[in-house]
Amino acid sequence: MITKRIIPCLDVKNGRVVKGVNFKNVNDVSSPVELAKYYSECGADELVFYDISASVEERSLFTDILCETAKSVFIPLTVGGGINTVNDFDRVLKCGADKVSVNSGAIKNPNLVYEAAKLYGNQCVVISADVKRVNGVFKVFAKGGRVETDLEAISWIKRCVDNGAGEVVLNSIDTDGVKKGFDLEMLDAVCNAVSVPVIASGGAGKIEDFIELFKKLPKVDAGLAASIFHFKEVEIKKLKEELRKNNIEVRL
Amino acid sequence: MITIIDYGVGNLFSLKSSFAALGAEVQVTSDPEAILSATKIILPGVGAFEDASNKLHATGLDEVLKKCAEKGTPIMGICLGMQMLFDKSYENGCFNGLGLIKGEVRAIKEVIPADLKIPQIGWNALDIKKESPIFKYIKNGDYVYFVHSYYATNCDESVIATTNYGAPLTAAVQYKNVYGCQFHPEKSGDVGLRILKAFIEA
Repeated sequence: MITKRIIPCLDVKNGRVVKGVNFKNVNDVSSPVELAKYYSECGADELVFYDISASVEERSLFTDILCETAKSVFIPLTVGGGINTVNDFDRVLKCGADKVSVNSGAIKNPNLVYEAAKLYGNQCVVISADVKRVNGVFKVFAKGGRVETDLEAISWIKRCVDNGAGEVVLNSIDTDGVKKGFDLEMLDAVCNAVSVPVIASGGAGKIEDFIELFKKLPKVDAGLAASIFHFKEVEIKKLKEELRKNNIEVRL
Repeated sequence: MITIIDYGVGNLFSLKSSFAALGAEVQVTSDPEAILSATKIILPGVGAFEDASNKLHATGLDEVLKKCAEKGTPIMGICLGMQMLFDKSYENGCFNGLGLIKGEVRAIKEVIPADLKIPQIGWNALDIKKESPIFKYIKNGDYVYFVHSYYATNCDESVIATTNYGAPLTAAVQYKNVYGCQFHPEKSGDVGLRILKAFIEA
Protein backbone atom coordinates (compact mmCIF):
# COMPACT_ATOMS: atom_id res chain seq x y z
CA MET A 1 0.00 0.00 0.00
CA ILE A 2 0.92 3.62 -0.29
CA THR A 3 3.36 4.73 2.40
CA LYS A 4 3.17 7.54 4.91
CA ARG A 5 5.50 10.33 3.86
CA ILE A 6 8.14 12.11 5.95
CA ILE A 7 8.91 15.60 4.70
CA PRO A 8 11.67 17.94 5.90
CA CYS A 9 11.08 21.63 5.25
CA LEU A 10 14.00 23.91 4.36
CA ASP A 11 13.63 27.63 5.00
CA VAL A 12 15.74 29.42 2.42
CA LYS A 13 16.78 33.05 2.75
CA ASN A 14 19.22 34.84 0.45
CA GLY A 15 20.00 31.50 -1.16
CA ARG A 16 21.01 29.89 2.15
CA VAL A 17 19.20 27.55 4.52
CA VAL A 18 18.23 29.24 7.76
CA LYS A 19 18.62 27.14 10.91
CA GLY A 20 21.10 24.76 9.31
CA VAL A 21 23.21 23.00 11.90
CA ASN A 22 25.96 20.47 12.18
CA PHE A 23 25.47 17.49 9.90
CA LYS A 24 27.86 14.66 9.44
CA ASN A 25 28.89 14.27 5.80
CA VAL A 26 27.56 17.70 4.90
CA ASN A 27 30.31 20.25 4.47
CA ASP A 28 28.11 23.27 4.09
CA VAL A 29 24.92 22.93 6.10
CA SER A 30 23.50 26.20 4.93
CA SER A 31 23.77 25.19 1.29
CA PRO A 32 20.29 24.14 0.14
CA VAL A 33 21.88 21.94 -2.50
CA GLU A 34 24.00 20.01 0.00
CA LEU A 35 21.26 19.73 2.61
CA ALA A 36 18.64 18.63 0.08
CA LYS A 37 20.99 15.90 -1.16
CA TYR A 38 21.62 14.80 2.41
CA TYR A 39 17.90 14.52 3.17
CA SER A 40 17.22 12.79 -0.11
CA GLU A 41 19.90 10.19 0.66
CA CYS A 42 18.77 9.55 4.23
CA GLY A 43 15.24 8.65 3.19
CA ALA A 44 13.13 11.81 3.07
CA ASP A 45 10.13 11.15 0.84
CA GLU A 46 9.76 14.69 -0.36
CA LEU A 47 11.27 18.09 0.27
CA VAL A 48 9.65 21.44 0.89
CA PHE A 49 11.57 24.59 0.03
CA TYR A 50 10.26 27.68 1.66
CA ASP A 51 11.40 31.03 0.30
CA ILE A 52 11.50 33.48 3.19
CA SER A 53 13.29 36.20 1.23
CA ALA A 54 11.48 39.37 0.37
CA SER A 55 12.96 41.52 -2.38
CA VAL A 56 12.89 40.81 -6.09
CA GLU A 57 16.65 40.21 -6.31
CA GLU A 58 16.44 37.68 -3.53
CA ARG A 59 13.65 36.00 -5.44
CA SER A 60 15.83 35.45 -8.50
CA LEU A 61 18.60 34.23 -6.23
CA PHE A 62 16.10 31.79 -4.78
CA THR A 63 15.11 30.46 -8.18
CA ASP A 64 18.79 30.03 -9.11
CA ILE A 65 19.41 27.96 -6.01
CA LEU A 66 16.15 26.08 -6.54
CA CYS A 67 17.25 25.12 -10.07
CA GLU A 68 20.60 23.96 -8.83
CA THR A 69 19.01 21.84 -6.10
CA ALA A 70 16.32 20.37 -8.34
CA LYS A 71 18.99 19.25 -10.80
CA SER A 72 20.52 16.89 -8.26
CA VAL A 73 17.56 15.78 -6.12
CA PHE A 74 15.23 13.18 -7.60
CA ILE A 75 12.39 13.14 -5.11
CA PRO A 76 9.32 15.39 -5.24
CA LEU A 77 10.02 19.01 -4.45
CA THR A 78 7.39 21.44 -3.18
CA VAL A 79 8.14 25.14 -3.23
CA GLY A 80 6.38 27.82 -1.21
CA GLY A 81 6.79 31.36 0.02
CA GLY A 82 5.78 34.49 -1.84
CA ILE A 83 3.53 32.68 -4.32
CA ASN A 84 0.96 35.33 -5.25
CA THR A 85 0.26 34.87 -8.95
CA VAL A 86 0.26 32.18 -11.63
CA ASN A 87 3.49 33.78 -12.85
CA ASP A 88 5.05 32.79 -9.55
CA PHE A 89 3.86 29.22 -10.21
CA ASP A 90 5.43 29.36 -13.65
CA ARG A 91 8.70 30.73 -12.29
CA VAL A 92 9.27 27.95 -9.73
CA LEU A 93 7.90 25.12 -11.89
CA LYS A 94 10.42 26.01 -14.59
CA CYS A 95 13.15 25.69 -11.96
CA GLY A 96 12.20 22.12 -11.17
CA ALA A 97 9.47 22.37 -8.52
CA ASP A 98 6.86 19.61 -8.76
CA LYS A 99 4.28 21.22 -6.53
CA VAL A 100 3.71 24.79 -5.45
CA SER A 101 2.45 25.70 -2.03
CA VAL A 102 0.25 28.77 -1.57
CA ASN A 103 -0.77 30.44 1.65
CA SER A 104 -1.18 34.23 1.93
CA GLY A 105 -1.39 34.46 -1.87
CA ALA A 106 -4.57 32.39 -1.85
CA ILE A 107 -6.04 34.53 0.91
CA LYS A 108 -5.34 37.74 -1.03
CA ASN A 109 -6.47 36.32 -4.35
CA PRO A 110 -9.26 33.75 -3.96
CA ASN A 111 -9.00 32.80 -7.67
CA LEU A 112 -5.33 31.84 -7.49
CA VAL A 113 -5.91 28.20 -6.57
CA TYR A 114 -8.52 27.77 -9.29
CA GLU A 115 -6.42 29.43 -11.99
CA ALA A 116 -3.27 27.52 -11.08
CA ALA A 117 -5.10 24.18 -10.92
CA LYS A 118 -6.57 24.80 -14.39
CA LEU A 119 -3.14 25.58 -15.80
CA TYR A 120 -0.94 23.05 -14.04
CA GLY A 121 -3.32 20.40 -12.65
CA ASN A 122 -4.65 19.83 -9.14
CA GLN A 123 -1.67 17.65 -8.22
CA CYS A 124 0.55 20.71 -8.53
CA VAL A 125 -1.35 23.00 -6.16
CA VAL A 126 -0.82 22.65 -2.42
CA ILE A 127 -2.82 24.81 -0.04
CA SER A 128 -0.82 25.57 3.07
CA ALA A 129 -2.81 26.93 5.98
CA ASP A 130 -1.56 28.43 9.25
CA VAL A 131 -4.38 27.86 11.70
CA LYS A 132 -4.93 28.90 15.30
CA ARG A 133 -7.83 28.64 17.72
CA VAL A 134 -9.47 31.98 18.47
CA ASN A 135 -12.31 31.79 21.01
CA GLY A 136 -12.77 28.12 20.17
CA VAL A 137 -12.90 28.69 16.42
CA PHE A 138 -10.21 27.52 13.97
CA LYS A 139 -9.07 30.70 12.24
CA VAL A 140 -6.74 31.14 9.26
CA PHE A 141 -3.73 33.40 9.81
CA ALA A 142 -1.83 35.16 7.03
CA LYS A 143 1.73 36.44 6.59
CA GLY A 144 3.53 33.56 8.24
CA GLY A 145 1.02 33.27 11.05
CA ARG A 146 1.25 36.91 12.13
CA VAL A 147 -2.06 38.34 10.92
CA GLU A 148 -5.49 36.99 11.83
CA THR A 149 -8.00 36.83 8.97
CA ASP A 150 -11.79 36.58 9.00
CA LEU A 151 -11.61 33.09 7.57
CA GLU A 152 -12.86 30.04 9.44
CA ALA A 153 -10.21 27.44 8.65
CA ILE A 154 -12.11 24.25 7.86
CA SER A 155 -14.56 25.85 5.44
CA TRP A 156 -11.76 27.85 3.84
CA ILE A 157 -9.56 24.78 3.31
CA LYS A 158 -12.55 22.91 1.90
CA ARG A 159 -13.21 25.77 -0.51
CA CYS A 160 -9.59 25.70 -1.69
CA VAL A 161 -9.84 21.96 -2.32
CA ASP A 162 -13.12 22.45 -4.20
CA ASN A 163 -11.30 25.05 -6.30
CA GLY A 164 -8.61 22.55 -7.22
CA ALA A 165 -5.99 22.29 -4.47
CA GLY A 166 -4.66 18.73 -4.61
CA GLU A 167 -3.05 18.61 -1.19
CA VAL A 168 -3.34 20.37 2.16
CA VAL A 169 -0.52 21.27 4.54
CA LEU A 170 -2.06 22.06 7.90
CA ASN A 171 0.22 23.98 10.20
CA SER A 172 -1.21 24.41 13.68
CA ILE A 173 0.09 27.63 15.19
CA ASP A 174 -1.17 26.36 18.57
CA THR A 175 1.21 23.39 18.59
CA ASP A 176 4.00 24.81 16.41
CA GLY A 177 7.29 24.94 18.28
CA VAL A 178 5.81 23.36 21.41
CA LYS A 179 7.22 19.92 20.50
CA LYS A 180 4.51 18.02 22.37
CA GLY A 181 2.93 16.39 19.37
CA PHE A 182 0.84 17.27 16.33
CA ASP A 183 -2.54 18.98 16.67
CA LEU A 184 -4.65 15.85 16.31
CA GLU A 185 -7.98 17.60 16.93
CA MET A 186 -7.37 20.18 14.22
CA LEU A 187 -6.01 17.58 11.79
CA ASP A 188 -8.99 15.33 12.35
CA ALA A 189 -11.36 18.18 11.53
CA VAL A 190 -9.53 18.85 8.25
CA CYS A 191 -9.28 15.16 7.30
CA ASN A 192 -13.03 14.81 7.75
CA ALA A 193 -13.71 17.82 5.53
CA VAL A 194 -11.55 17.02 2.49
CA SER A 195 -10.68 13.95 0.43
CA VAL A 196 -7.22 15.02 -0.78
CA PRO A 197 -3.96 14.17 1.01
CA VAL A 198 -3.39 16.03 4.29
CA ILE A 199 0.12 16.80 5.53
CA ALA A 200 0.51 17.44 9.25
CA SER A 201 2.81 20.24 10.36
CA GLY A 202 3.58 21.84 13.69
CA GLY A 203 4.30 20.22 17.02
CA ALA A 204 6.51 17.22 16.33
CA GLY A 205 9.25 16.88 18.94
CA LYS A 206 10.10 13.19 18.91
CA ILE A 207 9.59 9.92 17.05
CA GLU A 208 6.57 8.96 19.19
CA ASP A 209 4.73 12.04 17.99
CA PHE A 210 4.78 10.69 14.42
CA ILE A 211 3.71 7.22 15.58
CA GLU A 212 0.79 8.75 17.48
CA LEU A 213 -0.11 10.88 14.46
CA PHE A 214 -0.39 7.99 12.01
CA LYS A 215 -1.92 5.55 14.53
CA LYS A 216 -4.64 7.89 15.76
CA LEU A 217 -5.32 9.57 12.42
CA PRO A 218 -4.80 6.99 9.66
CA LYS A 219 -6.22 9.50 7.17
CA VAL A 220 -3.19 11.78 7.55
CA ASP A 221 -0.78 11.13 4.67
CA ALA A 222 2.43 12.79 5.75
CA GLY A 223 4.29 14.48 8.57
CA LEU A 224 6.29 17.62 7.94
CA ALA A 225 8.87 19.18 10.23
CA ALA A 226 11.87 21.48 10.07
CA SER A 227 14.10 22.11 13.08
CA ILE A 228 13.80 18.66 14.69
CA PHE A 229 15.26 17.21 11.50
CA HIS A 230 17.81 20.00 11.06
CA PHE A 231 18.98 19.70 14.66
CA LYS A 232 18.94 15.90 14.43
CA GLU A 233 16.58 15.55 17.37
CA VAL A 234 14.84 13.12 15.05
CA GLU A 235 16.77 11.26 12.36
CA ILE A 236 14.65 10.34 9.39
CA LYS A 237 16.02 6.84 8.90
CA LYS A 238 15.52 5.96 12.56
CA LEU A 239 12.05 7.54 12.52
CA LYS A 240 11.03 5.41 9.55
CA GLU A 241 12.39 2.24 11.13
CA GLU A 242 10.33 2.93 14.25
CA LEU A 243 7.23 3.65 12.19
CA ARG A 244 7.67 0.34 10.39
CA LYS A 245 8.04 -1.50 13.72
CA ASN A 246 4.68 -0.01 14.62
CA ASN A 247 3.12 -1.42 11.43
CA ILE A 248 2.98 1.94 9.71
CA GLU A 249 4.00 1.50 6.09
CA VAL A 250 6.99 3.60 5.08
CA ARG A 251 9.58 3.55 2.31
CA LEU A 252 12.88 2.27 3.67
CA MET B 1 21.29 10.07 -26.91
CA ILE B 2 17.88 10.18 -25.24
CA THR B 3 15.15 12.00 -27.16
CA ILE B 4 12.42 13.50 -24.98
CA ILE B 5 9.28 14.33 -26.94
CA ASP B 6 8.17 17.92 -26.41
CA TYR B 7 4.48 18.22 -27.22
CA GLY B 8 3.59 20.91 -24.72
CA VAL B 9 2.53 18.56 -21.95
CA GLY B 10 4.18 18.62 -18.55
CA ASN B 11 7.36 19.73 -16.93
CA LEU B 12 10.49 18.26 -18.48
CA PHE B 13 13.00 19.72 -16.01
CA SER B 14 13.35 16.61 -13.81
CA LEU B 15 13.50 14.20 -16.73
CA LYS B 16 16.29 16.19 -18.34
CA SER B 17 18.15 16.40 -15.01
CA SER B 18 17.75 12.67 -14.36
CA PHE B 19 19.31 11.67 -17.66
CA ALA B 20 22.01 14.31 -17.22
CA ALA B 21 22.81 12.83 -13.79
CA LEU B 22 23.14 9.42 -15.46
CA GLY B 23 25.59 10.89 -17.93
CA ALA B 24 23.28 10.51 -20.93
CA GLU B 25 23.01 13.11 -23.64
CA VAL B 26 19.50 14.47 -23.97
CA GLN B 27 17.60 16.31 -26.68
CA VAL B 28 14.14 17.74 -26.12
CA THR B 29 12.36 18.07 -29.43
CA SER B 30 9.15 18.06 -31.40
CA ASP B 31 10.95 17.74 -34.75
CA PRO B 32 9.66 14.65 -36.61
CA GLU B 33 13.00 14.05 -38.37
CA ALA B 34 14.92 14.12 -35.10
CA ILE B 35 12.40 11.74 -33.53
CA LEU B 36 12.49 9.34 -36.48
CA SER B 37 16.26 9.08 -36.21
CA ALA B 38 16.24 8.81 -32.39
CA THR B 39 17.76 5.78 -30.72
CA LYS B 40 15.80 6.06 -27.44
CA ILE B 41 12.55 7.94 -26.98
CA ILE B 42 10.83 9.23 -23.84
CA LEU B 43 7.17 10.21 -24.09
CA PRO B 44 6.39 12.31 -21.00
CA GLY B 45 3.04 13.73 -19.94
CA VAL B 46 1.14 15.31 -17.09
CA GLY B 47 -2.46 16.51 -17.27
CA ALA B 48 -5.56 15.34 -19.11
CA PHE B 49 -5.63 12.57 -21.72
CA GLU B 50 -7.84 14.43 -24.19
CA ASP B 51 -5.56 17.46 -24.32
CA ALA B 52 -2.42 15.33 -24.69
CA SER B 53 -4.01 13.14 -27.35
CA ASN B 54 -5.12 16.21 -29.31
CA LYS B 55 -1.64 17.70 -29.12
CA LEU B 56 0.05 14.52 -30.38
CA HIS B 57 -2.44 14.33 -33.23
CA ALA B 58 -2.30 18.03 -34.14
CA THR B 59 1.50 17.91 -34.41
CA GLY B 60 1.47 14.66 -36.38
CA LEU B 61 3.72 13.16 -33.74
CA ASP B 62 1.26 10.29 -33.25
CA GLU B 63 2.14 8.88 -36.68
CA VAL B 64 5.85 9.55 -36.12
CA LEU B 65 5.80 7.61 -32.84
CA LYS B 66 3.96 4.71 -34.46
CA LYS B 67 6.70 4.50 -37.12
CA CYS B 68 9.39 4.58 -34.44
CA ALA B 69 7.69 1.78 -32.50
CA GLU B 70 7.36 -0.29 -35.66
CA LYS B 71 11.01 -0.05 -36.55
CA GLY B 72 12.04 -1.14 -33.07
CA THR B 73 13.19 2.09 -31.40
CA PRO B 74 12.91 1.70 -27.61
CA ILE B 75 10.16 4.05 -26.38
CA MET B 76 9.24 4.74 -22.76
CA GLY B 77 6.00 6.50 -21.85
CA ILE B 78 5.85 8.04 -18.38
CA CYS B 79 2.65 8.71 -16.40
CA LEU B 80 0.20 10.22 -18.88
CA GLY B 81 2.79 9.38 -21.54
CA MET B 82 2.36 5.72 -20.61
CA GLN B 83 -1.41 6.01 -20.83
CA MET B 84 -1.03 7.48 -24.34
CA LEU B 85 0.54 4.18 -25.50
CA PHE B 86 -2.78 2.32 -25.15
CA ASP B 87 -5.73 2.01 -27.56
CA LYS B 88 -8.03 4.38 -25.72
CA SER B 89 -8.84 6.19 -22.49
CA TYR B 90 -12.14 6.78 -20.73
CA GLU B 91 -10.95 9.95 -18.96
CA ASN B 92 -13.85 12.42 -19.34
CA GLY B 93 -15.19 10.66 -22.42
CA CYS B 94 -13.55 8.19 -24.77
CA PHE B 95 -10.41 9.19 -26.65
CA ASN B 96 -7.97 7.31 -28.82
CA GLY B 97 -4.39 6.75 -27.77
CA LEU B 98 -1.48 5.60 -29.91
CA GLY B 99 -2.52 1.95 -29.88
CA LEU B 100 1.04 0.72 -29.44
CA ILE B 101 -0.03 -1.51 -26.54
CA LYS B 102 -3.35 -3.36 -26.32
CA GLY B 103 -5.52 -2.11 -23.50
CA GLU B 104 -7.42 0.89 -22.20
CA VAL B 105 -7.21 3.53 -19.50
CA ARG B 106 -9.92 3.80 -16.85
CA ALA B 107 -10.56 5.67 -13.58
CA ILE B 108 -9.00 4.05 -10.51
CA LYS B 109 -12.15 4.93 -8.55
CA GLU B 110 -13.91 2.10 -10.44
CA VAL B 111 -11.73 -0.51 -8.75
CA ILE B 112 -10.45 0.84 -5.43
CA PRO B 113 -12.34 1.05 -2.10
CA ALA B 114 -14.27 4.29 -1.64
CA ASP B 115 -12.29 5.36 1.44
CA LEU B 116 -9.00 5.65 -0.47
CA LYS B 117 -7.98 9.06 -1.74
CA ILE B 118 -7.88 9.99 -5.41
CA PRO B 119 -5.43 10.71 -6.97
CA GLN B 120 -3.05 8.17 -5.54
CA ILE B 121 -0.20 10.48 -4.50
CA GLY B 122 2.95 9.09 -2.94
CA TRP B 123 5.36 6.19 -2.73
CA ASN B 124 4.10 2.68 -3.34
CA ALA B 125 5.81 -0.67 -3.83
CA LEU B 126 6.30 -2.39 -7.18
CA ASP B 127 5.02 -5.92 -7.45
CA ILE B 128 7.05 -7.23 -10.35
CA LYS B 129 5.08 -9.66 -12.52
CA LYS B 130 7.50 -10.31 -15.36
CA GLU B 131 11.16 -9.78 -15.97
CA SER B 132 11.94 -6.80 -18.12
CA PRO B 133 15.14 -5.08 -19.25
CA ILE B 134 14.03 -1.92 -17.38
CA PHE B 135 13.99 -3.84 -14.08
CA LYS B 136 17.60 -4.96 -14.49
CA TYR B 137 18.83 -2.84 -11.57
CA ILE B 138 15.85 -2.95 -9.18
CA LYS B 139 14.14 -5.60 -7.07
CA ASN B 140 10.61 -6.64 -6.25
CA GLY B 141 9.08 -4.41 -3.56
CA ASP B 142 11.11 -1.33 -4.39
CA TYR B 143 9.20 1.91 -3.88
CA VAL B 144 8.39 4.43 -6.63
CA TYR B 145 6.46 7.71 -6.68
CA PHE B 146 2.93 7.83 -8.14
CA VAL B 147 0.55 10.68 -8.95
CA HIS B 148 -2.47 9.43 -10.89
CA SER B 149 -6.25 9.07 -11.00
CA TYR B 150 -6.43 6.71 -14.01
CA TYR B 151 -4.79 3.36 -14.72
CA ALA B 152 -4.28 0.95 -17.61
CA THR B 153 -6.46 -2.16 -17.71
CA ASN B 154 -7.31 -5.07 -20.03
CA CYS B 155 -3.62 -5.20 -20.82
CA ASP B 156 -2.62 -8.43 -19.01
CA GLU B 157 -0.18 -9.47 -21.72
CA SER B 158 1.97 -6.38 -21.32
CA VAL B 159 1.84 -5.81 -17.53
CA ILE B 160 5.30 -6.21 -16.01
CA ALA B 161 4.54 -4.68 -12.58
CA THR B 162 1.52 -3.70 -10.52
CA THR B 163 1.14 -1.71 -7.33
CA ASN B 164 -1.40 -2.28 -4.57
CA TYR B 165 -3.70 0.68 -3.88
CA GLY B 166 -6.71 -1.18 -2.50
CA ALA B 167 -6.54 -3.14 -5.76
CA PRO B 168 -3.65 -4.17 -7.99
CA LEU B 169 -3.11 -1.30 -10.42
CA THR B 170 -0.92 -1.44 -13.53
CA ALA B 171 2.40 0.19 -12.61
CA ALA B 172 4.59 -0.70 -15.60
CA VAL B 173 4.10 -2.30 -19.00
CA GLN B 174 6.20 -3.61 -21.85
CA TYR B 175 5.29 -4.81 -25.31
CA LYS B 176 8.38 -5.58 -27.37
CA ASN B 177 10.38 -2.31 -27.59
CA VAL B 178 7.61 -0.15 -26.05
CA TYR B 179 7.74 0.46 -22.28
CA GLY B 180 5.53 2.41 -19.92
CA CYS B 181 5.72 3.54 -16.29
CA GLN B 182 2.62 4.87 -14.53
CA PHE B 183 4.90 6.21 -11.78
CA HIS B 184 7.52 8.94 -12.17
CA PRO B 185 10.99 7.34 -12.35
CA GLU B 186 12.49 10.84 -12.44
CA LYS B 187 10.95 11.48 -8.98
CA SER B 188 11.55 8.04 -7.49
CA GLY B 189 15.00 8.56 -6.04
CA ASP B 190 17.72 5.99 -6.72
CA VAL B 191 15.25 3.30 -7.73
CA GLY B 192 13.86 5.58 -10.42
CA LEU B 193 17.31 6.49 -11.68
CA ARG B 194 18.18 2.81 -11.92
CA ILE B 195 15.09 2.20 -14.06
CA LEU B 196 16.11 5.03 -16.38
CA LYS B 197 19.69 3.71 -16.50
CA ALA B 198 18.36 0.29 -17.53
CA PHE B 199 16.25 1.95 -20.24
CA ILE B 200 19.33 3.75 -21.56
CA GLU B 201 20.96 0.35 -21.90
CA ALA B 202 17.86 -1.43 -23.25
